[in-house]
Amino acid sequence: MLAKSEFHEEGFELAMMSWLPENVSTYGGQIDYLFYLIYYITAAALIIVTVLMVAFLIVYRQRAGRKAVYIHGNTALEVTWTVVPAVILLLLSFMSISTWGEIKIYAPPAEYEVRVVGKQFNWDVFHPGPDGKLGTKDDIKIENEVHVPVDKVVHVQLQASDVIHSFFVPNFRVKQDAVPGRNILVWFEVTKPGKYELPCAELCGFGHSGMLGWVFVHTPEDYEKFLKENQG
Amino acid sequence: MSEAAASAHADHGHHEPAGFWSHYVFSTDHKMIGRQFLFLGLFMLIIGGTLAMLIRWQLAWPETEVPGMGWVPEPTMYEGIIPPNTYNMLFTMHATIMIFFVVMPVMVGGFGNFLIPIMIGAKDMAFPLLNMLSFWVGAVAGVIMVASFFVVGGAAAGGWTSYTPLTGDAVFTGVNWGINLWVLSLFVLAFSSLMGSINYITTVINMRAPGMTYFRMPLSIWSLFITAILLLLALPVLTAALGMLFFDRVFATNFFLPAGGMPLLWQHLFWFFGHPEVYILVLPAMGVTSDILSVFSRKPIFGYRAMAYSMIAIAFLSWIVWGHHMFLSGMNPLLGTAFMLTTMVIAVPSAIKTFNWLGTLWGGSIRFTVPLLFAIGFVSNFVIGGLSGIFMASTPVDIFIHDTYFIVAHFHYVVAGIIFAMFAAIYFWFPKMFGRMMNSTWGIVHFIGTYIFFNLTFFPMHFLGVGGHMRRIYNPMQYEYLEQFGDMNVFITISAFLLAISQIPFIVNFVWSLFAGEKASENPWEANTLEWSAPSPPPHGNFATTPQVYRGPYEYSVPGVEEDWLPQDRPLGAAAATGH
Repeated sequence: MLAKSEFHEEGFELAMMSWLPENVSTYGGQIDYLFYLIYYITAAALIIVTVLMVAFLIVYRQRAGRKAVYIHGNTALEVTWTVVPAVILLLLSFMSISTWGEIKIYAPPAEYEVRVVGKQFNWDVFHPGPDGKLGTKDDIKIENEVHVPVDKVVHVQLQASDVIHSFFVPNFRVKQDAVPGRNILVWFEVTKPGKYELPCAELCGFGHSGMLGWVFVHTPEDYEKFLKENQG
Repeated sequence: MSEAAASAHADHGHHEPAGFWSHYVFSTDHKMIGRQFLFLGLFMLIIGGTLAMLIRWQLAWPETEVPGMGWVPEPTMYEGIIPPNTYNMLFTMHATIMIFFVVMPVMVGGFGNFLIPIMIGAKDMAFPLLNMLSFWVGAVAGVIMVASFFVVGGAAAGGWTSYTPLTGDAVFTGVNWGINLWVLSLFVLAFSSLMGSINYITTVINMRAPGMTYFRMPLSIWSLFITAILLLLALPVLTAALGMLFFDRVFATNFFLPAGGMPLLWQHLFWFFGHPEVYILVLPAMGVTSDILSVFSRKPIFGYRAMAYSMIAIAFLSWIVWGHHMFLSGMNPLLGTAFMLTTMVIAVPSAIKTFNWLGTLWGGSIRFTVPLLFAIGFVSNFVIGGLSGIFMASTPVDIFIHDTYFIVAHFHYVVAGIIFAMFAAIYFWFPKMFGRMMNSTWGIVHFIGTYIFFNLTFFPMHFLGVGGHMRRIYNPMQYEYLEQFGDMNVFITISAFLLAISQIPFIVNFVWSLFAGEKASENPWEANTLEWSAPSPPPHGNFATTPQVYRGPYEYSVPGVEEDWLPQDRPLGAAAATGH
């Protein structure tokens, strides 16, 4: 990420997708695949339409002695440009369904669990203590820091205590609103240890901007260290 | 014909009211009410645009003194520095004003009023008094909205979407009467829109001139007719939700608060109104664009019926796509799948319209007038805005781009892009509205500046969104991963300033042409629709005698006809031979 930002300092990169932050989650790749696919399809459509429009504007500009064509439509053409976009859009929908289901509907069983509570303007994070269970007395509460192990399925019980917030980790391709009065399950599995930003993505009041936490993804050894440091 | 019409008018039953108040202020003439809506919208555009400039200043040079704003008292600004809550007010009010007090008054109120009766060959609206009330109730709503800047605590700061519980209780935003007035203003505005829409629907159904069948109506009228139906059905939902929100705030009820109520209920109600609202905004723009492209291509619109049917399809589908604003709201994700499918489907009629516009240009004899340029600008932006919508329709991709600048880029290409159709319509109908032409050289300058800087402002926002830059954040420099976007935010801000400066030629041209523009003839664009058979500007009652309609509105370059246009009310035969 650092190298990337240095690269961009020169000016700005015109290839839109090069701005996408590095993906470090197991399912992020599937999201990025769809993102790129739609990018290529829409870019092609944009180029075709723009080229045709500019060409028509030049070729069919008003000139002396030439009258416009008197035509009201063309059924074959109109059917074509109805059916082709419809087929492409439905294909994109069906390709999206399985990824969406995997991320938001059919979560794999938890290997690690945390509870994150959004409140104006911090994330309260509850980690399981040495007993490995969440919701017991030895839970470790830390503000704005989520500590999770690498390569494990992490379940986040997402809550909010006042207004709606949104749990956004750009590098994980995770986003989910936290709603007061609800407990919403978010899951991810991270493949690369490191420190990742966790901004709030839903307007939550005057302190919304800067409501920022960090997700620390630990190797097993580092995770043990984290547990020891936070006991008692 | 214009002289004949004028003399015929002298003994006509419709008497133009003489007094200043009844002529300019409390007028029941649809054309005056249309002009009033237009002026209201243009005035509010200046306010909404100024708020946008302040937003852009803060994003480019966060927490620095805005030049010339040192006089603003605390706590709104601190020696010209914008504090976070004021920033939230800025974007909330920017969006609210642009949507409800610029696009709706200009496109629906202004052109809806001006065009509907005269394009269908009627003397006025079905209910002229209701029409006048519609404007004045709307003006009261505007006054309430602007007044909300001046109450203690400042204006609404909960976003134009006003999600509960944030807006359900004053403690969460620190804004009390600002949001109450925001709610009241939109509540009042809803009555204005209801009166307008009932009038539009009744007028189109009952007052079409002889021969003006539904499928001989210009697409502008089709679009305004469908828009009126959407307004009639969608706005009461917002009105009811606003009422409940007001009760939550003022009378401590619990409709949308978690203690007994449902925060997501607000979102469902808001977007059930909100998505049809998007089409309420864009359909009239599509309608006027279709008309203008046909006139200046000197060619019938390509696929007229497909254009009308696709607008009807959009109107129906717009009721079952609202959930795509809520994919990540905590709504059941299975519903997300269903809403993704309907959303993908609603893109099809939009694609049909785009291809039909291209088909209209094909084989034409295109006259590069200012209205044509702006209509092309609208199509070009709509294509980008439509295509970027596919990204967020795909639920997995939306997980990443939801609530980022990708969304901001998308809806500005669609909704702010409407301003191109709005300018196209103003340049096109200005001669009919005010009897004078606007200067076309300055119009071209206005177009070039607006088109270039519009794109330089909004296109880079896609890049910000792909980089994960959230919308509605006060200072992007608070985030490590957004530091790289400092330069781009400066670039966007400078482009936005230049976009604003590009509007100066328009303002000067508009005001100058009102008083000193070249006098317009009856039909300066050689167009077919009925308004061009009336004098410029048309008198009270529009037509000397009710026109008889013989054909559709797009008969340009008809073989066997000498000119390349054939007005809807010209009988073919003797009159055609003499050139009318």
